[in-house]
Amino acid sequence: MDIQKITILGGTARDGSREPLASFELRMGDVASIVGPTGSGKTALINDIGMFANANTPTLRRVLINDEVPPASFREDPASNPIALITQHTSFLSDLPVQRFLGLHAKIRRSERPETIVEETLQFANQLTGEPIDVDSAMTELSGGQSRALLIADAVVIGNSPIILLDEIENAGIDRSRALALLGNYQKIFLFVTHDLHIALHSTYRLVMRGGAMQDLIVTAETESRMATRLDHLEKTMIHFRDRVRAGLPLSEDDLNTRLAQMPGVQP
Amino acid sequence: MKVVICAGPPTSGKTTVLKQAARKLLAREHPLAYLKIDVQYADEDEMFSDQLGIPARKIYSGELCPDHCSVLVLGDAIRWAESEGADILLVESAGLCLRCAPYIERSLGIAVLEATSGMNLPRKIGAMLSLADLAAVTKIDLVSQAEKEVFRANIQEAAEIPVVETDALHGINIDPVVARIENMGHTTEPWVLRGNPPVSTCTICAGKKDIGWEKHFGIVRGLEFDLTYRGQ
Repeated sequence: MDIQKITILGGTARDGSREPLASFELRMGDVASIVGPTGSGKTALINDIGMFANANTPTLRRVLINDEVPPASFREDPASNPIALITQHTSFLSDLPVQRFLGLHAKIRRSERPETIVEETLQFANQLTGEPIDVDSAMTELSGGQSRALLIADAVVIGNSPIILLDEIENAGIDRSRALALLGNYQKIFLFVTHDLHIALHSTYRLVMRGGAMQDLIVTAETESRMATRLDHLEKTMIHFRDRVRAGLPLSEDDLNTRLAQMPGVQP
Repeated sequence: MKVVICAGPPTSGKTTVLKQAARKLLAREHPLAYLKIDVQYADEDEMFSDQLGIPARKIYSGELCPDHCSVLVLGDAIRWAESEGADILLVESAGLCLRCAPYIERSLGIAVLEATSGMNLPRKIGAMLSLADLAAVTKIDLVSQAEKEVFRANIQEAAEIPVVETDALHGINIDPVVARIENMGHTTEPWVLRGNPPVSTCTICAGKKDIGWEKHFGIVRGLEFDLTYRGQ
């Protein structure tokens, strides 16, 4: 099936009232961030999407693909499921070795090139994580960052899913800037559940959650996108000093002044 | 009377699947009854009667094999459910030995497996899965989608039956189970076990505790030889 867009029709908030945002839709190439405080219903929303909710989950939301109720085959046959959901789990429960697990998944997804696709998946994953993955180790032995990197790579490369849902990728030890850049090479719909400024501002939309309900859909303004570069600089500055503290090194005020002066858009 | 028989390893989520399905069935005004078969302890019957207000009871198999106990008491249980005015009897088995399957002809057999168990579980539980009509995979919120897909493929390799992934704790995706119960036919007599029980007439069943096949009679086997008859 050629996926053009996904529509989420609002259901009810936790208190039983209608969701303020009645619906939203995303088209191929859109990147959206789901934002809101902890417990606001962000994960429930992507779970609804991942299960093609049809007024049969506690939120009573409905998901349409290309304006239609998705066929049952999406849920019954993994090979035709257009959605990949990457949850917050940073560990696998599968006791199989990495190579074998990925091979199995490629077979289930009816990949046309099972030999090379596992290699490509591992390469993708290794770009996201600091420590390369040993293909002979059990899935359960991977670190949190490696697991998450492998899940993302698996969804993008083996699953080749047109719609990818990612729950708080910033929490695992993966390079989120590189992840965003790598994912940007693929024409897909990406939905991030995130608390991360960088990811949120590099999205086309921000979907605001509160009290279990979708409140608003904010289109990222041009000014906000411009700010993103400067805020990234600030964050890198913070990380630089944090890394020094972690390494047991002293901090210098001159260093801070220099870095702040290098901020894009600052008049000397 | 429709008889729904739910089996699965301990703590796999059988009770939760049945409870969520029961909630939806009650909302659609189907009168229900519930029977729990367990070895030595169960309180699920109280949960069903207190929380859902349906006739519920339990039986401890004790010295008997729980699946054999189920064969012995199920006739009485169906008649009891009828006398309570129920249209659907939900039976939850203890599900321990993985050699028998408690499902009977024209019942709906549901095998409950947890997604968090090993990837090879579907290959290990034999008749409990292969003789079921439906596999319900629980605790799906705890595993990755890739693992769910591999687990589903492993189930369907062991048994060509529909698989429903459910987060029963949160009542998510229980509808396909409810639909199967609503659409099933009546469990008419004769009530017959679907699969063959294992060959098990042996002196251990009769209470002989000695270790080693040479101490026993009837159908025996050793580590290096297969089933054979020993005796007169």
